[in-house]
Amino acid sequence: MSNLRSLTFDAIIIGGGGSGLRAALELAKSGKQTAVLSKVFPTRSHTVSAQGGITCAIGAADPDDDWRWHMYDTVKGSDYIADQDAAEYLCSEGPKAVFELEHMGLPFSRFDNGRIYQRPFGGQSKNFGEGGQAARTCAAADRTGHALLHTLYQNNLKNNTTFLNEWYAVDLVKNASGDVVGCIAMCIETGEVVHVKSKATVLATGGAGRIYASTTNALINTGDGVGMALRAGFPMQDMEMWQFHPTGIYGAGTLVTEGCRGEGGYLINKDGERFMERYAPNAKDLASRDVVSRSIVMEILDGRGAGENGDHVFLKLDHLGEEVLNKRLPGICELSKTFAHVDPVTEPIPVVPTCHYMMGGIPTNIHGQAIMQDDSGKDQIVNGLFACGEAACVSVHGANRLGGNSLLDLVVFGRSAGRFIEGALNEGIDYLDATDADIQSAMKRLERWNGSEDGESVPDLKRALQDIMQTDFGVFREEKKMQEGVKRLAELRERINNAYLPDKSNAFNTARVEALELDNLMEVAEATAISALERKESRGAHSRYDHPDRDDVNWLKHSIYCPKTKQLGKRDVNFRPKTVDTFEPKIRTY
Amino acid sequence: MSNLQVSIYRYNPETDAAPYMQEFQVDTKGRDVMVLDVLHLMKEQDSSLAFRRSCREGVCGSDGMNMNGRNGLGCITPLSEVVKNGKLVLRPLPGLPVIRDLVVDMAMFYKQYERIQPYLQNDEPEPAIERLQSPEDREKLDGLYECILCACCSTACPSFWWNPDKFVGPAGLLQSYRFLADTRDTATRERLSDLQDPFSVFRCRGIMNCVAFCPKGLNPTRAIGKIREMLLADAT
Repeated sequence: MSNLRSLTFDAIIIGGGGSGLRAALELAKSGKQTAVLSKVFPTRSHTVSAQGGITCAIGAADPDDDWRWHMYDTVKGSDYIADQDAAEYLCSEGPKAVFELEHMGLPFSRFDNGRIYQRPFGGQSKNFGEGGQAARTCAAADRTGHALLHTLYQNNLKNNTTFLNEWYAVDLVKNASGDVVGCIAMCIETGEVVHVKSKATVLATGGAGRIYASTTNALINTGDGVGMALRAGFPMQDMEMWQFHPTGIYGAGTLVTEGCRGEGGYLINKDGERFMERYAPNAKDLASRDVVSRSIVMEILDGRGAGENGDHVFLKLDHLGEEVLNKRLPGICELSKTFAHVDPVTEPIPVVPTCHYMMGGIPTNIHGQAIMQDDSGKDQIVNGLFACGEAACVSVHGANRLGGNSLLDLVVFGRSAGRFIEGALNEGIDYLDATDADIQSAMKRLERWNGSEDGESVPDLKRALQDIMQTDFGVFREEKKMQEGVKRLAELRERINNAYLPDKSNAFNTARVEALELDNLMEVAEATAISALERKESRGAHSRYDHPDRDDVNWLKHSIYCPKTKQLGKRDVNFRPKTVDTFEPKIRTY
Repeated sequence: MSNLQVSIYRYNPETDAAPYMQEFQVDTKGRDVMVLDVLHLMKEQDSSLAFRRSCREGVCGSDGMNMNGRNGLGCITPLSEVVKNGKLVLRPLPGLPVIRDLVVDMAMFYKQYERIQPYLQNDEPEPAIERLQSPEDREKLDGLYECILCACCSTACPSFWWNPDKFVGPAGLLQSYRFLADTRDTATRERLSDLQDPFSVFRCRGIMNCVAFCPKGLNPTRAIGKIREMLLADAT
């Protein structure tokens, strides 16, 4: 019945950003048949937009720096729902992963002694919060993501990774036992649909910031991997946890790195007051992102916002001087002139908290293996399915990610997933083949769009979705609005199920890709909304007027969203690091 | 420019025997938006319009295109910079085969990039930490590593139009020099000997369209000049 052409690999990696390319590099070096399948040419992935750096205790700025201090900051930053075994792995393996990047050629900025330049970032401390601000973020000027992504792509070329560039993964293929054995994918250039068979399928599809109307994320960040996993019936973890970056350029949403504040910049309200001194007396502008974003919103709500509508604040940089700005923050100077019509050398940049990062995602262990829960709520490995990077929830970020930890997450867990898969392939993996019916079931939504004859348009429905999320699930949340939001999303799902794809052509049909992306945005939005409504406390980035306090008795837990029942369950947080004592939950102040 | 007149290159290989220009009226509500924003408004009128885009902030290099005769990135080009007499003409990057509308086949461009072995080569054992590099040596990479592979330079270069298979082109040569200039790279000799032919580097005629159109303000011509100097020094 199935007349699709099939392609067979040992491992297929869906997504060509930092984590996907790092996993692929590991596998390509081991000689496994590895393919990276990416809907854009890999260097167009969103990792390229990361600016400030990669946080890691390499001891260049401070020879006494210690990965355990980094781990403490990470756990505290997460508001204590990061898994401590995973945070331990991230911070202790980090230095090796960063040195590897340097050996591969990443053009890091340098200190006078020739070591990698490190700058202060938010939420960083020495000596477990007792020793003042640390400078732990390794940087290539303010283009670290670009430098990292290009370096990884270049090293994949060197190691002959197979690239399926401008291919779009439609859905996962599961066999009769429920193992993931590949995916359905479409070549965007020709429209050809193929069955990709693989013993290991890695979702490295990044975030989904495009569920919000205002986001720092690229247009391609539509949560494709999360959408595929949810449609395949797999659970999501901590989906209510969305980071709003304090400094998106007002109006445009483009990111202004936290490195600006690391280099000495600070936020001011319409009266020119450095208001973070009131909200975070010690760390001030370098408090963690959830704290700074909430402070900005409170300034605005209290009538101290700037501009005609009083709806933003300013980031002041001019006191740093032209030389520092040109040397350390050249990209910001460019972006600010282009999108805010402001030269930071002389004027402050108008900024506002903007959706930036999905802390939640596909639950995995430190090897990237996807996890589901059995009927008794116990963890169970999903055979054949892996995730890493922003699409995954290991979880090292918990309820709030620290700046600079995202790039480290990509390379540490991309690498570990690659290594684990290599080992598993060496031991031998043998799953049942997918039947025609299994393949057919993964073809359903593509066929739905291809057969659509009339209905609402994709851009209209996308806007409606983004408006719901922006209005009802923003920086501050409350029960009633979220209930309405969940209801409106359920209605929207019906409308999307009946939407219309007018252009059925095959060659480079971007309208079809955008339609398929809309399904994924819908999955991510609904998982986010239901998780946010059901977590009845405030923790990290999840902040509720009606439940303003952290509730460790009931919610020192991961949330687990089940797509089949649309119910929210709980999963234990790991408090058992292997080589250090547990960091016990404390009141979180900066 | 509330009502902008846009003329855009259209070609769908499945339905069009030949490319044609299509006219659009776009209401920008009087704002000086970016060309990419205009394309999104046009796509809402006609969803079959195809173009690439990703970061929408000038760092991913997806939306290189020709706007009123000049190559650049749609996402960071405001209308006020390109529109003449209320009219905007959009075409795909010149010199590469068109797949559909503004989407070009970049295979030849990428091939020339791959040809220069765009990765660090160092045959010495790796230290336990990073390789040290002085800030002065690191500074030699500024203006080189920032390339986003958008192809605005190479597709504005007559030498590349003429010999896309033999002339590496400004983007590839900029990256070639990025590794030649890196004090951590030990393959200088091999890199230079791979370029010792009349075409790879020497087809550059110093026209400098690459410099004029690079949306990141980089200077491939200067890098090519440096490679020439190294090649000539190597030959003597």
